[in-house]
Amino acid sequence: MLELAEPLPQTPLQRAAAARDLEAATILPGRAEDLVYEAGGRRLIDGLELRLEAGPLTVLVGPNGAGKSLLLRLLHGLIEPSAGQLHWAGRAPGKETRRRQAMVFQRPVMLRRSAAANLHYALRAKGLDGLPLAELARDWLARAGLAELAGRPARLLSGGEQQRLAVARALSTGPEVLFLDEPTASLDPASALAIEELILEARAAGTKIVLVTHDLGQARRLADEVVFLYRGRVEAQAPAERFFDDPISDKARAFVAGRIVV
Amino acid sequence: MQDFAAAFALAFGLIAEGDAALLEIIWLSLRVSVTAVLIACAFGLPLGAALAVARFPGRGAIVTLLNALMGLPPVVVGLMVYLILSNAGPLGVLGLLYTPTAMIIAQTLLVTPIVAALTRQVIEDLHGEYDEQLRSLGVERLAATATLLWDGRYSLLTVALAGFGRAIAEVGAVMIVGGNINHVTRVMTTAIALETSKGELGLALALGIILVGLAVFVNGCVMSLRAGAGRAAYA
Repeated sequence: MLELAEPLPQTPLQRAAAARDLEAATILPGRAEDLVYEAGGRRLIDGLELRLEAGPLTVLVGPNGAGKSLLLRLLHGLIEPSAGQLHWAGRAPGKETRRRQAMVFQRPVMLRRSAAANLHYALRAKGLDGLPLAELARDWLARAGLAELAGRPARLLSGGEQQRLAVARALSTGPEVLFLDEPTASLDPASALAIEELILEARAAGTKIVLVTHDLGQARRLADEVVFLYRGRVEAQAPAERFFDDPISDKARAFVAGRIVV
Repeated sequence: MQDFAAAFALAFGLIAEGDAALLEIIWLSLRVSVTAVLIACAFGLPLGAALAVARFPGRGAIVTLLNALMGLPPVVVGLMVYLILSNAGPLGVLGLLYTPTAMIIAQTLLVTPIVAALTRQVIEDLHGEYDEQLRSLGVERLAATATLLWDGRYSLLTVALAGFGRAIAEVGAVMIVGGNINHVTRVMTTAIALETSKGELGLALALGIILVGLAVFVNGCVMSLRAGAGRAAYA
């Protein structure tokens, strides 16, 4: 996909230095240019242009099938684009960029272990161990309000508790970018509120949030910036206030007004 | 009907008096089949898991072949092992024919495809659920496969059990490579076949009842383990 500007470093010392640079360097902004994703002969993402800057909490909205979830998975490097460019500060999505990102899926994937062990697993995958790992896990369980449920099998937690655990698991690894795919869909208001609080805390701590939601109320509450997706393209991208006051396109206007957009 | 009642009485009598010859046969049956299942798991679990996770040309053919091998006739496996281990065979020098080791080898060959094929199915289902999450967490392929095997451990118990059921019940392979030698290679199934051919139907039936009881007991143990895991939603 993307050509490296410099030849690959040769000596171990150079490699270590390059690795340090990579750790230090930000992966923002993220950029998609003429992005295409095809499946089964259909263009699900169709020439999409997007720029994700450090800072604002970006909310992706749009009708079903607009390609919101697909876009998240492309940005996270879980699937490969069919054509076009996608990069994070010049780096193609892959193992390296994914290390600096985390994702919360619409249906939380709970490993068949205790709530605490789910956190331990994620932290161990990031190379943590021993006491720091245990302390970090305990801290995040407490932040998610799950301290008392630490030993409970994760799959026996309620839907809201599972999603809180999934958000805590994602945030515990200290990602620079956090993707959330409808994290509060089909949750009760109290659980949704708890999740939104975790998200806002993370934003305050400097994490770039990219959130897909169907809930316009949630979009209004959380968004600094709104991206409106329609049929695999970005139909509008604007600061939240402007988007909700005066949506740029007709489709977006209809969507904000609550009319059914197909 | 009278035969059955008498057979049950005989079976309980044999167990109650702790007949030494019977215990020897039961012990050998368990030793051979459990060892074979353990070895089959050592090969079959990683093989099945690798097949579930990997994508390469020809994978479909291998999966189909593996599924077909689940139905390997024990006598054919016995014959193959016999040819290999007999004096004229390539491994004849080892002198393993008509030993419990030969029986273990034959049953391992019989059970490994079962374990591998069923593991492939279990792990593939779990992989579908876990794949994107594990990649999102940055878990490498090998570590992810280990995670799938660990998180699927209770479902895989059933897989091992299917293999054990096959091993403990088969007679064709152990008969050919073991030879049903008294005090050496006689197991439950070969003893039943022998007593039947001798016309000792009551004794054969009693042994059959004990064999079925044994299988039910082992299944019961494993399933109760699994039920506990099910309550914790780990299965």
